Amino acid sequence: MDILKLIVLSFITICAAMAANFGQDLAYIIHALIIMAVSFFLFIREVQRFGDAKPAVETGYQDSVVRAGVIATTFWGVVGFLVGVFIAFQLAFPALNFDLPFTTFGRVRPLHTSAVIFAFGGNALIATSFYIVQRTSAARLWGGNLCWFVFWGYQLFIVLAATGYLLGATQSKEYAEPEWYVDIWLTLVWVAYLAVFMGTIFKRKEPHIYVANWFFLSFIVTIAMLHLVNNLAMPVSIFGSKSVQLFSGVQDALTQWWYGHNAVGFFLTAGFLGMMYYFVPKQANRPVFSYKLSIIHFWSLIFLYIWAGPHHLHYTALPDWAQTLGMTFSIMLWMPSWGGMINGLMTLSGAWDKLRTDPILRMMVLSLAFYGMSTFEGPMMSIKVVNSLSHYTEWTIGHVHSGALGWNGMITFGALYYLTPRLWGRDRLYSMSMVNWHFWLATIGIVFYAASLWVAGIMEGLMWREVDPQGFLVNSFADTVAAKFPMYIVRGTGGLLYLAGAIIMCVNLWLTATGAGERKSSAAVAVPAE
Amino acid sequence: MSLFRHHKKVETNATLLLVLSLGVVAIGGAVEIAPLFYLENTIEKVEGMRPYTPLELEGRNIYVREGCYVCHSQMIRPLRDEVERYGHYSLAVESIYDHPFQWGSKRTGPDLARVGARYSDEWHVDHLTDPRSVVPESIMPTYGFLKKTALKPDSIQAVLIANSRVGVPYTDEMIENAAADMEVQVDPDGDWEEMVARYPKAQVRNFDGQEKLTEMDALVAYLQMLGTLVDFSTFQPSASR
Amino acid sequence: MDTYSVMREMADSWGLLAMMAFFIGAVLMLFRPGAKKQHEDASMIPFRETKPDAADNNNSSPKSEKPLEGLS
Repeated sequence: MDILKLIVLSFITICAAMAANFGQDLAYIIHALIIMAVSFFLFIREVQRFGDAKPAVETGYQDSVVRAGVIATTFWGVVGFLVGVFIAFQLAFPALNFDLPFTTFGRVRPLHTSAVIFAFGGNALIATSFYIVQRTSAARLWGGNLCWFVFWGYQLFIVLAATGYLLGATQSKEYAEPEWYVDIWLTLVWVAYLAVFMGTIFKRKEPHIYVANWFFLSFIVTIAMLHLVNNLAMPVSIFGSKSVQLFSGVQDALTQWWYGHNAVGFFLTAGFLGMMYYFVPKQANRPVFSYKLSIIHFWSLIFLYIWAGPHHLHYTALPDWAQTLGMTFSIMLWMPSWGGMINGLMTLSGAWDKLRTDPILRMMVLSLAFYGMSTFEGPMMSIKVVNSLSHYTEWTIGHVHSGALGWNGMITFGALYYLTPRLWGRDRLYSMSMVNWHFWLATIGIVFYAASLWVAGIMEGLMWREVDPQGFLVNSFADTVAAKFPMYIVRGTGGLLYLAGAIIMCVNLWLTATGAGERKSSAAVAVPAE
Repeated sequence: MSLFRHHKKVETNATLLLVLSLGVVAIGGAVEIAPLFYLENTIEKVEGMRPYTPLELEGRNIYVREGCYVCHSQMIRPLRDEVERYGHYSLAVESIYDHPFQWGSKRTGPDLARVGARYSDEWHVDHLTDPRSVVPESIMPTYGFLKKTALKPDSIQAVLIANSRVGVPYTDEMIENAAADMEVQVDPDGDWEEMVARYPKAQVRNFDGQEKLTEMDALVAYLQMLGTLVDFSTFQPSASR
Repeated sequence: MDTYSVMREMADSWGLLAMMAFFIGAVLMLFRPGAKKQHEDASMIPFRETKPDAADNNNSSPKSEKPLEGLS
């Protein structure tokens, strides 16, 4: 077995070296070199360990991979928010593009979206799903070190994707920009993820599969399906990053937005609902309000979401029947979304007083409130008349961010605050007042962000369509760009506040994990017996 | 009302849960996407569409590489102000050779679906090199480096082959002459007649005004052909679409 | 064009109504009593925290949780 590992690793190293040698573009060559370095490092490590006695089989929860996931989530979160703030100010001050190809808005924006969705959100999902599935199944993660392959493989995917964008390797499909070989790698990692998750559920001691795990499971399989179909492409050369999509024009457009909308629906909604259904009851110390409602929530959400993609293509060359279908399902989606929100919020019934004293719970409740707000705004924007105004404008960006910063961000912060003391064996967080600061900075940041982009979006939408009594357009396009300058500044400031909150969280989590709080108050509470 | 009793099986069987949820999510995509491939009126029948010339295709690759789609749409909606501002609304057939599509989702800058032949080549070169020199309000990044990056015609053949493999009707003749066709499109003194015969309406000019073939040539050639192909006198809007 | 007409019909009228009815039916079913005990039991899973293996003495195990308070 060890010999086989060495052979495979040396084979990969040699192949990557050859690929780097024959590579036709910079992104491909650099990626080949990264892969070569990684596999060479693993090879050396295997050689050093060769013949060592096998470590004893570990029992209990596999929490070290969850700890790594918590660190990665925090790290990528700060990186993603920082890049977001940077590109927000690029729109206000174009000099920040620095006249370099690598730092233009067009290349950095995909870096921001991928960093926050896939690096921050993805790591949060992998870490929390590994944590939750073990607790709710009373079983250790299946597959031994396979979970470490998932973790590190996913980080490699992030590095390849991010460097690729900056070097110009993109297939230009939003949220699916990575080129063909990165897609293949992600597929491998994802199959391993599914195997670990399913394997753990299979060996569970609890007869019932807890509802959080359903959401995680549907998130994993649906993302696999979407990823495979939307990334069907023909590479131009095996030694180059460029590929040509299998579909074209209208079919490609609908495939892309079927993918794009369900990246929101399953990555950013179903997966994070899995987190919600575990962490909100745990933090509130009460079971979920209605388990039955969660069943209905699950099936109606996954059934309805998948149809909603065409609302990204209203009034385009997509046939009308598809647009109508998309609009209809988007509006119906409002109901399960609010069902889920009510289920989460009502979990606190009888314990509302905890909101006064527990800022972590307050964060989770705020995230549910933002979930409710953006799942109302979304169906509204999918109505064709509204969409004719909102589409192509900043309103869409504001909508996405009230969901992403409010719902995904806040529930993740709540989960990180919940997990860190438990995973590092601390009694409590280093500082609750820092959580409070984080809460308010993030909340005010989101309000700045969303409000400024509502104004900017509706204003530019109205300016574009404004005609004078003779029927001529009143505003040139450049006028509408100039008019948005103040809103861009407010939006950037909102992002800055949100980033500041996340940095405070980083410090707090770091001090918690290293035990600074514990040393400070040495009159420690007795450690509970195992 | 035995649904809930049966549901208990799902709640305790992971494989069943997996298969059922995959089934549920597959329905929507299948019903919406699949018909687009066989419904005949999805793509309009018009005259004038042709595959991109090698130079235009390379320009399109640069457009994709630089992430222009992040801020510019190529999809004019049939709304009064858009038709007024940008021209005839976009047809599905106009992106039939776009692998992938470039409709975009955001207009931080204006729509580009019919930007072709609206401005001079010099305007485009100036605008790409320093956008604020021609549009003071612009917030576009500068792309002066395109003018300094030479284009190697020998790599375009593989791109045409890959496109033909996914269904773009590039003929053997087009693929064979890909590199030469690319070079001759920026050389009005050369033998460009055959190239134009292969790609009707192809514009032959030295797009960036420089001696050597650069990425700027390719990008401007692409921008200058956008929306210029379809002959709208042959277009009949379909009522049920 | 037959499929097209069917699709169009469904998106525009009856299909929409049928799906709406299905959905309202599903929501109504929520208020039906029954299977309550199972669901209550399932909703308690996160609070059980049963350890995977009995002999659990390595450092990767979490601290035991505080018991539930004030649950009816």
